[in-house]
Amino acid sequence: MSHIVSASAPLDTSKYQRGSSKQQKKARYTKDRKLNAGLKKVDRQYKDAVQSAASTELLLQEDAGYLEAEGMEKTFKFKQDEISEAVDVSTAAKKFDLKLEEFGPYTIDYSRNGRELLIAGRKGHVASIDWRTGALGCELNLNETCHAIKSLHNDQYFAVAQKKYTFIYDKTGLELHRLKQHIDSTLLDFLPYHFLLVSAGNTGFLKYHDVSTGTLVSEYRTKLGPTQAMKQNPWNAVMHLGHGNGTVSLWSPNMSTPLAKIQSSRGPVRDLAIDREGRYMAVSGADKQLKIWDLRKFKEIDTYFTPTPATSLDISDNGLLSVGWGPHVTVWKDVFKSKQNSPYMNHLLPGSKIEKIKYVPFEDILGVGHQKGVSSLIVPGAGEANYDALELNPYESAKQRQEQEVRSLLNKLSPDTISMDPSVIGTVDKRASSIRLKPGQINQVTTPGEDETVPEIRPDVQGKNSKLRSHLRKKKQNVIDQRKLRIEKNLKMEKEIRQKRHREFKGIPEEKDLLGPALARFK
Amino acid sequence: MKIKTVSRSSDTYVPVRNTQESSLPRNLNPALHPFERAREYTKALTATKMEKMFAQPFIGQLGNGHRDGVYQIAKNFSTTNQVATGSADGVIKYWDMTSRSEAVSFKAHYGMVSGLCVSPNSSSMLSCGDDKTVKLWSVNTDEFDGSQSDQELYHGRDGKGGLLKTFLGEHSFKGIDHHQDEELFCTGGASIQLWDINRSKYISNLSWGADNINTVKFNRTQTNIIASAGSDNSIVLYDVRTNSPIQKVVTSLRTNSIAWNPMEAFNFASGCEDHNAYLWDMRRLDRSLNVYKDHVAAVMDVDFSPTGEELVTGSYDKTIRIYKTREGHSRDIYHTKRMQHIFCVKFSTDSKYILSGSDDSNIRIWRTNASERSSIKSTRQRNKLEYDAALKERFKHMPEIRRISKHRHVPIVVKKAGEIKRVETDALKKREDNQRKHSRPGSVPFKSEREKHIRGTAIKEQ
Repeated sequence: MSHIVSASAPLDTSKYQRGSSKQQKKARYTKDRKLNAGLKKVDRQYKDAVQSAASTELLLQEDAGYLEAEGMEKTFKFKQDEISEAVDVSTAAKKFDLKLEEFGPYTIDYSRNGRELLIAGRKGHVASIDWRTGALGCELNLNETCHAIKSLHNDQYFAVAQKKYTFIYDKTGLELHRLKQHIDSTLLDFLPYHFLLVSAGNTGFLKYHDVSTGTLVSEYRTKLGPTQAMKQNPWNAVMHLGHGNGTVSLWSPNMSTPLAKIQSSRGPVRDLAIDREGRYMAVSGADKQLKIWDLRKFKEIDTYFTPTPATSLDISDNGLLSVGWGPHVTVWKDVFKSKQNSPYMNHLLPGSKIEKIKYVPFEDILGVGHQKGVSSLIVPGAGEANYDALELNPYESAKQRQEQEVRSLLNKLSPDTISMDPSVIGTVDKRASSIRLKPGQINQVTTPGEDETVPEIRPDVQGKNSKLRSHLRKKKQNVIDQRKLRIEKNLKMEKEIRQKRHREFKGIPEEKDLLGPALARFK
Repeated sequence: MKIKTVSRSSDTYVPVRNTQESSLPRNLNPALHPFERAREYTKALTATKMEKMFAQPFIGQLGNGHRDGVYQIAKNFSTTNQVATGSADGVIKYWDMTSRSEAVSFKAHYGMVSGLCVSPNSSSMLSCGDDKTVKLWSVNTDEFDGSQSDQELYHGRDGKGGLLKTFLGEHSFKGIDHHQDEELFCTGGASIQLWDINRSKYISNLSWGADNINTVKFNRTQTNIIASAGSDNSIVLYDVRTNSPIQKVVTSLRTNSIAWNPMEAFNFASGCEDHNAYLWDMRRLDRSLNVYKDHVAAVMDVDFSPTGEELVTGSYDKTIRIYKTREGHSRDIYHTKRMQHIFCVKFSTDSKYILSGSDDSNIRIWRTNASERSSIKSTRQRNKLEYDAALKERFKHMPEIRRISKHRHVPIVVKKAGEIKRVETDALKKREDNQRKHSRPGSVPFKSEREKHIRGTAIKEQ
């Protein structure tokens, strides 16, 4: 009977609130009665919407997974073999190991709905697999180094960062595009709502490429050396880049400088991960520290120690943080809530260094790409149990996929909407002086006061090593031409101005003009 | 160990046969829907662009129109598809809007038809003209089956149909309107006269001051009130029960037409020679409720939509503008290359269409909402349109959306005239400001735009 909610019990609507919950809904906004009534109506509609959204929770079909210890047991002591015996058959079937020892280490990626697994071995072995059925989509041997692989907006296309260029392939393995602007990139990411492929790598450049139109939207020099790690903040599409000096910089395609910089570790940043609501970031550095940051306050919450530097991080939909260090995978639970003493789960891949770990969307599975192939581990409670079919559908048909593609292209967001706060669009900029200040105050700000001294305009005086002089130095030949005369005259003028300036500085009075103002110009 | 993992049975999510609908589970958790604000904005922008793409306001014309300029349109309030028009050559026509064809036409007057109305029982039509006559016509559409000759149509057959009655007046008439409940009608001209349909002579004369009355309108809710506008720039309200005027206001320029608000019976709109239309409260005429600007020539006719939410104006600048009653600037402007000065404009009684009569002898039909289509829509389509409308409303103040939704192609003449007018009004305003600045404080008081055009009021004591 416990699962039946009585009609009178108040629903927990906190999950569905937009904006800060502290914001009080006012009874009266303005003196204008018509406007006030309109605003109150908007409030009422918002309240109703939140209520009815909360009441749809009853209709959710699935429950999230869990792993609990009983008695003396510890959850991190459970082996994958024990777990796969305890779970149901269909979940156990999802655990697999691909032994690929020749072309490793392997980096992996899942398509957005979690159906397709993409693997790329460093030595050029690329494959796409429908991992549930085990059907091979395509297999390529590119015969050159592959650094990263990334699935694009659906499972039809993927991008591979290769030795020199980045390429786009379709599902059958056909090479569609060679992105010659993306040279020497080692990290790839894709912003699905903006259709932007983002690359960074050894050149230190960050490049945004619109894959729907094929244009390079923007490229920025990070000026921080080769980029070590790159992840997107899925909540606001800001790119987080980890650098060799231990900083994490936040980028949007609209600004040539980072939106923010965080000094996170004392050595190079190895990897980072951001949770799906953009609230927390985990950063691992070569200093063997794993740091948890609150991105709302830009404050460090906790520090964890990894025995060897963590090479790969990922945060699941339900907030499980998995850390790959050496041949180990450690999964942490509730790290964003409080400091944990022991991990949630552990796994060891003997003798195989971990390259990349990635949670499967909407599944309790963690994919691990390592030195000797690809493995998938069961991590109960990792994935979002109830997907929204109008957003991402793991069971979509070909027709649905096609329609979804058109719809998402129609709703493609412009790159210039990317900012730290994704809900800023359509709101009033309260920092604007026209709103912050009263009409009288604006004048005070824009017009300087009486007593304020207007800075003196000083002519730009070249130093001793001016461009003219260096030009003259280059002209070695003893040829007097028109140009040389002009340059010498200008140099003389420059010298005079310099001397005059020097005299002014010393306080020596100007020598009296003997000729008078009328004749002075013939001097 | 207690353990559970997410394991979905594909039977639940994948349809058994491909003809079945697949289940589309929803999860409204905001965490699964990032960028909702930006996505809604993008949708609103797309919807605004789509609205502009589908904007095709002009539908067509009624039949072949008239032989001369159309100066009168009269609605039949009890049907949605019947309308009467009168032209400068004295011909009146009765139209079937569904087939856009003419039901019947009468050569009613010598000279211009200066007033036309369909009686509330919708079986007859009254017309008046410069030839000092008022004529009563039968418009039972089932009589017009095409079997009659022109003579029979005009004079009627077996005592039915055609011209029913002629009232002879003392002066040429300007404007006519029928009482909503009783068998009374009033006429304008050199004086306002009240007539009983069953008598041959007028029963009372209501004039107060004006030398010539251009338009008379019965209130259709407060049925005994008449609003009239005269050539002495005045608007006068009369009460038929006491046979006396009740309110009068004199404005700076002449009022061309009057329309009562069908829902708020005490409000009426007037189209004025000073390029503006005004909204009035009949209880307080010392100040108009709203000013509708944007036209660049005299407003010749105004009409309210049946809900009273919108107002349509036709102007001498050859454009039609649609206003929301509560806003001061037009939400849309209609024009075509061949349309000349507009003398009459009316909403259809279902508010979906607008009829305009102009100098060029055509009666044009327009959509009230340029992008709306009257075809039957599926539920999905309807939901989508409603959703789009809500989004557009929500983001209407965003610069890009506002720019797109406000943009209209306007004839170069109108655009130029608007620019010149703006310069002129700015100059006047500047001059007034300067005067105020250099006068004793308070000696040049501010006058609100809604009062500026009023020269004076006179309330008749009972």
